[in-house]
Amino acid sequence: MAEKTVSSEPPAKAGLRQALLTPVGLAMGIVDIPMRAWQKLTGLNGMAGVFLAPNMVIFSVFVLLPLVINFIYSTTSGGAIFLPNRTYVGAEQYRILFDCGSYLDPSTCAADTFWAAVRNTAVFVVFQVTAMLIAALATALILNRELSNRGFWRAVFFFPVLLSPVVVGLIWKWILQREGLLNYALSPFGFEPFSWLSDRFWAFFFAVFVSVWAHMGFYALILLAGLQAIPKDLYEAAAMDKASPTRIFRRITLPLLMPNLIVVLVLALIRAVQIFDEVFVLTGGGPGTSTMYITQFIYETGFASSLRNPGLASAASILMGIVLVILTLVQLAASSRNEKKGTRR
Amino acid sequence: MSAVTTFLLRRRGRGWHWTDVVTWIWLISGVFLMFGPAVWLVFSSFKTPAALAEFPPSFLPYVTEQAVVPGYDKPLPLYNVTMPDGSTYVLAEVRRIGIMGQMVDPKQPGEIVKVNIKDRTPVREVEFATNNYTEPFQRFDFFLFLRNSVFVTVVATAITLLVNSMAAFALSKYQFPGRTAVMLMILATLMVPLSVIVVPLYSVIGSLNLFDSLWGVILPTVATPTGVFLLRQYMLTIPDELIDAARMDKASEWQIYWRIILPLSAPALAVLAIFSVVWRWNDFLWPLIVLSRKELYTLQVGLNVYAGELNVQWHYILAMTVVSMIPVVLIFVFLQRFITTGIAGSGLK
Repeated sequence: MAEKTVSSEPPAKAGLRQALLTPVGLAMGIVDIPMRAWQKLTGLNGMAGVFLAPNMVIFSVFVLLPLVINFIYSTTSGGAIFLPNRTYVGAEQYRILFDCGSYLDPSTCAADTFWAAVRNTAVFVVFQVTAMLIAALATALILNRELSNRGFWRAVFFFPVLLSPVVVGLIWKWILQREGLLNYALSPFGFEPFSWLSDRFWAFFFAVFVSVWAHMGFYALILLAGLQAIPKDLYEAAAMDKASPTRIFRRITLPLLMPNLIVVLVLALIRAVQIFDEVFVLTGGGPGTSTMYITQFIYETGFASSLRNPGLASAASILMGIVLVILTLVQLAASSRNEKKGTRR
Repeated sequence: MSAVTTFLLRRRGRGWHWTDVVTWIWLISGVFLMFGPAVWLVFSSFKTPAALAEFPPSFLPYVTEQAVVPGYDKPLPLYNVTMPDGSTYVLAEVRRIGIMGQMVDPKQPGEIVKVNIKDRTPVREVEFATNNYTEPFQRFDFFLFLRNSVFVTVVATAITLLVNSMAAFALSKYQFPGRTAVMLMILATLMVPLSVIVVPLYSVIGSLNLFDSLWGVILPTVATPTGVFLLRQYMLTIPDELIDAARMDKASEWQIYWRIILPLSAPALAVLAIFSVVWRWNDFLWPLIVLSRKELYTLQVGLNVYAGELNVQWHYILAMTVVSMIPVVLIFVFLQRFITTGIAGSGLK
C-alpha cells in the first residue's frame, strides 16, 4: 500500500519481495497463498465471490437481517429483548400507535408520547429545514462572490460540521445556562439572567438553532459546488445588460441552482426527521417532552429499562422508515432528473 | 490591525454595493458565531471552578492571587482595598461577616482591619488551570474512554477500508451473475439510518454475544454502503488493461487487488478514511445502546454521562470536551481542502 503509482511493467519478483517487507505487505502476501489455491479451484468468478464475501456477510448480518427482524419485532409484545422470548400479537403495536381520540391532540392517544414526538418532529422539521435552506443558501451565495481568502471563509462556516453531536450539545448547553455567555452578552441591554433551556419556546428555538449551526456548512458546501458550476458567461451577459443583483439572482442563479437546492432540501429533510444526538445532549428532550423527537422516542421505548417495549419501538421505527423511504425516493427522482439535465447542457 | 483590515476588506472589484455590506456583515458575524463558541469553550476549560461560577464571566481564566500570611494556616486571597480616606492597600482577607470583610496587611499580620466588601476588588492574575486536564485522567476513567474511542476508530476504519475496497473491486472489475442485484441492494440500503434498525440490531448483537463489547460497536458500522459506492465509482475509472497485463504476467487476483487496485485508489481510500475516522470518533447513539459497563464507554458516551452526573463540575467536562475535539480539529486543519472537495463531489458526510 506504500507505493503511490504502479508502472505498467509486469510486477517483478524483486518488487514483490520489497512489498512483502512491510507488515501489511507481509500479511497480504500470506493471504495470497490460500487465495491462489482458491483461484485455481474456482476461476475468476469464484474470486469475485471471495472479494465480495466479507462485506456481504457483515452487511447481511448487521443491516439486512435487522431490517427483516424489525417487522417481526413489531408484531410482538413484552419487555424481553430476544425474539424467542417474545409473544406474537399481530398488528397490536400498530393499533396502539394509531389508537387516538384526535390525532391533533397527543394527550387523547394511547401512545401519547409517540404522538407528542411525531408532532414535535413535524414542527421541528418545518422550522429547521426552512432555516437551514435560507442560511445555507445565503452562505453559499456569499462564499461564491469574489472574495480573497475564500478558503478561510469556507473553513469558518464548515468547521462545526466535523464536531461530534455530543460536543455540539455540550458547548451550547454551557453557553445557554443561567451563568452562561449568552446571558452575559445580553446583560448590558438590561436582560435578567434566564435559563434558556428550561423554557419550552426557547428550548425549541435553540434545538433548531443548534442543529442548523452544526450542519449548515455541509449544505452550504453542496450549494457552493452547484453555484460554481453555473457558467460565468451568463453573469457577464447579465452585467452587460446592467441587470440588478436581485434580478440576476431570480433569473439566473435560482433556476440553475434548483437541482442542487432540491437535493439539499431532501437531504436536510431526511436528516431532520432523524434528529437525535445534539438535541438529546442539549435538552434531554425537555422541558417536559417539548423537544423530544421520534428517534429519542424509539431509543427510550426500546432501551430505557423502566418502560421498555421493543415491539412498540420497532413499530414506530418502521413508520419512520416508511417516511424516510418516501423522502429517499423523492431524492433519487430529483437527482436522476438532475443528471438528465446535466447531459443536456 | 491594518493587516487585519486589509485582509478583511481586500476586494477584487471596485466600489461598494449594498451586497458587499451584507457580505461582510455575514462573514464577520459568521466568524463569531461559528468559531466563537468553540474558542469560548477552550478558554473556559482552563478556568478554576471559582472562575467558572463567576458572573459576569471573563474571557481569560483569572484566579485571585493568594498570599501566605504568618499566623494563618491557609493562604489568604489578596484584595485591593480603598480606604475611606482614598488611599489604597493590598490586604489579605481572613474571613467575611455579612458585608464586612476582616482583612490583614500581609506585612503586619497582627492588626485586623474591617472593610466593607464594596470597597475591595480581588487581585487577579491570568492562570491556566491545567489540572482540569490532568485530574480527569486520574480521578475518572477518562483515559479508558480515550483508549476505547481510539480503538474503535482505528479498528473500524481499518476494517471499513479493507472490506469496502474488496467489495468495490469485485463490483467494478468482475462480471458475475447477480452483480446488478448486489449493487441494487447496496443502493437501496444507502439511506437506511441506524435509528430505524436499532431495536433488532440490538438483538442481533445480543445473540452474537457482543453486548458490552467494543466489537459490538465496531462491526455494525463497517460495511457502509456509502463506502462501497464511493470506492466502486472511483475504481471504475481505473483502466482494465492494467489488470489484463498483470494477469498475463501470472499475477494472482489477490495480488492485482492489493498491488494495483489499492495503490491506484489511494485518493478515494483517503477520503473514505477521513470520513470513517470522523464518523466513528463522533458516534453516539449506537455506543450508548451497546455499552453499559463504564470501563467500555467511548469518549462521547462518557462525556454525556459525566455531563449528566457531574452537573456542577463543568471544569472537568469542558476540559474533556476539548480533548475529544482534538483529533477532529487536527483532521480539519490539515485535510480541510480534501474534506470539502470530498463532500462537494459526493455529498457524503
